[in-house]
Amino acid sequence: MEIPQALYDRMVTHARAEAPDECCGMIGTRGAVAVSLYEAENTAHTPLRYELSSRDQLRIQKALDAADLELGGIYHSHTRSAPYPSQTDINLAFYPGAVYIIIGLATGPEADVRAYRIVDGQVREEPLVVR
Amino acid sequence: MATIRIPAVLRNAVGGARELTIEGANVGELLNVVTSTYPDTRDQIFGPGGDLNRYVNVYVNDEDVRVLRGLDTAVGEKDTLVILPAMAGGDR
Repeated sequence: MEIPQALYDRMVTHARAEAPDECCGMIGTRGAVAVSLYEAENTAHTPLRYELSSRDQLRIQKALDAADLELGGIYHSHTRSAPYPSQTDINLAFYPGAVYIIIGLATGPEADVRAYRIVDGQVREEPLVVR
Repeated sequence: MATIRIPAVLRNAVGGARELTIEGANVGELLNVVTSTYPDTRDQIFGPGGDLNRYVNVYVNDEDVRVLRGLDTAVGEKDTLVILPAMAGGDR
């Protein structure tokens, strides 16, 4: 995925603002390019899990449909572990067409942001190009 | 009878349909018709005990049925259901 610097910065800002709880959100894309970013509520409100608000999910999905964008990415943060999909992330990856982005805040002062495809339980890191 | 909107991620399991029009008096009946007609959707929509799967969100006219009457939520002809697999995970 290619993501504009401004959207990338918003995503990291969201992660830092919610820490130590995990944050989550959705990304609209056109092809492989991120066009819009939607911060959502993590209704679990914990450093251990995220559950994207069902109300936010519908609102954002309708916004994507209205703008003729695809759901290209789902992001969340890891505030206590490396930015790699956990078994829970893998088990609950119900959108194989989306890129799963994890913002890692535990590994140093700079956010470590990684992107993955998770398909049928298999994880493959994807390039995330910030322009 | 109500209209059910199918998200892109579930369309393969329902033969590519974006919308289904189904007879039923409540959410549970409608979803049972969907899963009977398209068995590949069953595990995504229902949990092992027959309740709504914890990781699926179902809306009637944009309201999450969990804040209404769940599977007993009544639906009418002009009502629209939307099914969205949940987005969730964690660091373990």
